[in-house]
Amino acid sequence: MINLVSFIPKAVVQGIPLLYGSTGEIVTQKSGNLNLGIPGVMYVGAISGVIGAFNFEQAVKSYQATHEAADTFLTVFVPMLSVMIPLLSCLLGSLIMGLIYCFLTVTLRANQNVTGLAMTTFGVGFGNFFGASLIKLSGADVPSIALTTTSKYFSQKLPFAETTGWFGKIFFSYGPLAYFSILVAIAAAIIIKKTRVGLHLRAVGESPATADSAGINVTMYKYGATCIGCMIAGLGGLYYVMDYATGVWSNDAFGDRGWLAIALVIFTIWKPDMSIFASILFGGLYILYLFLPINIDHMEYQQLYKMIPYVVTLVVLVITSIRNKRENQPPASLGLPYFREER
Amino acid sequence: MANTTPAVQMKNITKRFGLVTANSGVNLELYRGEILALLGENGSGKTTLMNMLCGLYFPDEGEILINGKPATIASPKDSFEYGIGMVHQHFKLIDVLSAAENIVLGLDEKLDIKKASAKITEICNKYGFDVDPSQKIYDMSVSQKQTVEIVKVLYRGADILILDEPTAVLTPQETEKLFAVLRKMKEDNKAIIIITHKMHEVESLSDRVAVLRKGKYIGDMRTADTNAAEMTDMMVGRKVVLNIIRPEPVNPKDRILVNGLTVKSEDGITKLKNVSFTIRSGEILGIAGISGCGQKELLEAIAGLQSVESGSVEYVDDKGKREQLLGKDPKQIRDMGVALSFVPEDRLGMGLVGNMDITDNMMLRSYENGHGPFTDRKTPQKLAQSVVEDLEVVTPGINTPVRSLSGGNVQKILVGREIASAPKVLLTAYAVRGLDINASYTIYDLINEQKKAGVAVVYVGEDLDVLMELSDRILVLCGGEVSGVLDGRTADRNEVGLLMTKVGGNSDGKN
Repeated sequence: MINLVSFIPKAVVQGIPLLYGSTGEIVTQKSGNLNLGIPGVMYVGAISGVIGAFNFEQAVKSYQATHEAADTFLTVFVPMLSVMIPLLSCLLGSLIMGLIYCFLTVTLRANQNVTGLAMTTFGVGFGNFFGASLIKLSGADVPSIALTTTSKYFSQKLPFAETTGWFGKIFFSYGPLAYFSILVAIAAAIIIKKTRVGLHLRAVGESPATADSAGINVTMYKYGATCIGCMIAGLGGLYYVMDYATGVWSNDAFGDRGWLAIALVIFTIWKPDMSIFASILFGGLYILYLFLPINIDHMEYQQLYKMIPYVVTLVVLVITSIRNKRENQPPASLGLPYFREER
Repeated sequence: MANTTPAVQMKNITKRFGLVTANSGVNLELYRGEILALLGENGSGKTTLMNMLCGLYFPDEGEILINGKPATIASPKDSFEYGIGMVHQHFKLIDVLSAAENIVLGLDEKLDIKKASAKITEICNKYGFDVDPSQKIYDMSVSQKQTVEIVKVLYRGADILILDEPTAVLTPQETEKLFAVLRKMKEDNKAIIIITHKMHEVESLSDRVAVLRKGKYIGDMRTADTNAAEMTDMMVGRKVVLNIIRPEPVNPKDRILVNGLTVKSEDGITKLKNVSFTIRSGEILGIAGISGCGQKELLEAIAGLQSVESGSVEYVDDKGKREQLLGKDPKQIRDMGVALSFVPEDRLGMGLVGNMDITDNMMLRSYENGHGPFTDRKTPQKLAQSVVEDLEVVTPGINTPVRSLSGGNVQKILVGREIASAPKVLLTAYAVRGLDINASYTIYDLINEQKKAGVAVVYVGEDLDVLMELSDRILVLCGGEVSGVLDGRTADRNEVGLLMTKVGGNSDGKN
């Protein structure tokens, strides 16, 4: 029998990057942009945070060498900057990815699928290139870098995590970015469902021509939603490396989580609030094999278990298209460019 | 009226799309408390002109004055501020949203659906609309959608209304209701522009007409001082005869025998129930019925595009040999000489590929002809050229993607291609949907020529008057059942109307 108290927290930490990714992609897709570059964006978000953190840690090290431990800069500003610098680098990196995507697909009206796939290839290559460079710079003898100074702030658990038994393990034992991801998902759900901005965003994704003739700035909404979506997704990458991997970057470790995030968008039928539970479910399915007795002669079964989230997504796709409920369909103009004066 | 300031004044407006000049030096005036009918053939630039008023396009040259003051309308938002509202030909509504959500879309006010719904109900009561603010658009009929569009415009406080072919998709009763509302708005001192191709609507509704031809402004006059023939001549630029000839069928022979045909839709709803009739060569069989009563399913069943529950469809060749059509695939049926030209509501949905050019669309019927693995492009090119010339298609060339042509021109290509295949049986549905009067008559002539050549023609159309003038026999469908078969020459409009709404016509003795 699976030990739930140890399984659930592991599922949650697996799920958080997926939650960021899927929330970001839902916001993007609601504007009619099918951004298949999300895996690349998450990768770039992660490596940008790492680059920021790495440079900051190097600077702190050289500062520490010449100053006392009780220096006010070290005690007051370093903790704050340890959080702010990786966070802002990550947001900046993913924002740039979003802007590139929008410029190509919205302004130049390039094919969204091709652009997205290119962005993913580019993002992964970008990440591995700088990852490898940093590993060389750090002079480590293993193919990874450890960012201990900054990552300890990201993987800080809530204070009651240790003292409240199983309850604390399940609910309090996560870093701040994990809780933030849930806030972001709830906020995204409320904005999309309840506010004027959300209504306009949905209109743009359903029928840009209609939105345009109703006086909504289609280009602005597409750029805005895609860039914000990319920044949210980028945070998923940052969470992965700074909290989940406790500051250890090694190339290609992020794996196929970006694609899982896109699968989640379909699985949750474009609802960020559903994604909170769905991403934890996916996270659980992703690591389920670790908790099942596996014959050492049949390691290939692992891969079968890892397929479960994708199979579940296919099943959801089939069910939603059979039920054919209009509200559960993808935004009607998803993947299509819009040009006002086209006839 | 002449002394008041015009609500809208357009001066020397020119708009170009690439090499095509859609409007050149157009002048237009619109006053309050009047309904102006804007006339012109397909592709004459009416919609383009109106899109400049509602901010979707920006004029290349010229000036727009609203209430006598120069106005710059760079976006739809600007046009709302000037009180201009447009109901587009293709509705600008979002299916998955409710009526209320669609109506408040794009407004800067706080999103409060309850308050908005109350205001919508108030507008509805004032003009006699019937809109449920919480109903989703995809649950609505075409006329309900149009009502939502009009309420949307009024909600924004528009007092200059533009309606682009509002009646193209409405039944006669719905049209009357719409006109009553428009007259009420006119009394309310609103200024209204209506684009329509139906002359009797122009005559019964408008105060003034303005005519465009090939992007140029031809003139305007009071509706009372003119008539349909004069307006048509102005639109076309030459004398046009508005008569539909109906030659006597020559030696009609049974061509297709439909017996006990029953068709169910995918959801298990019966679309056709035990339908039996005969299609004869050299004859036009008109099919009348309110929209959605099974015409589409009937034609598709004959063409092999629709699966059939029971019944038989037999093709009779010149020697009298019978052959069952059911069970054959559409291509085999087409090869036997049964051609289907169906013009759906969005015109491009069936039969043509928007992104391909005219020649390639011709090839959709002939791609298998050619030597070895290569297709024959020369013949379709010639065909494309002749369709463009014969039917006066307005296009930069035969290599232009069909999508970029105006609706009427797209239809001419579709109908032209089907006729060019020299069919034995021609099934046409809504061949003149959205076409201007001149183009419509060209199509009627084409159909008549086919009839004279001995082709068995089935004509499904929206305009009952035309249907009755054109057809030799009229098959009336009602809810998927044959309600009656009448002689086209002696049929009475009321009789057909009754049969359309009730199987077997009226039974209460009133005639």
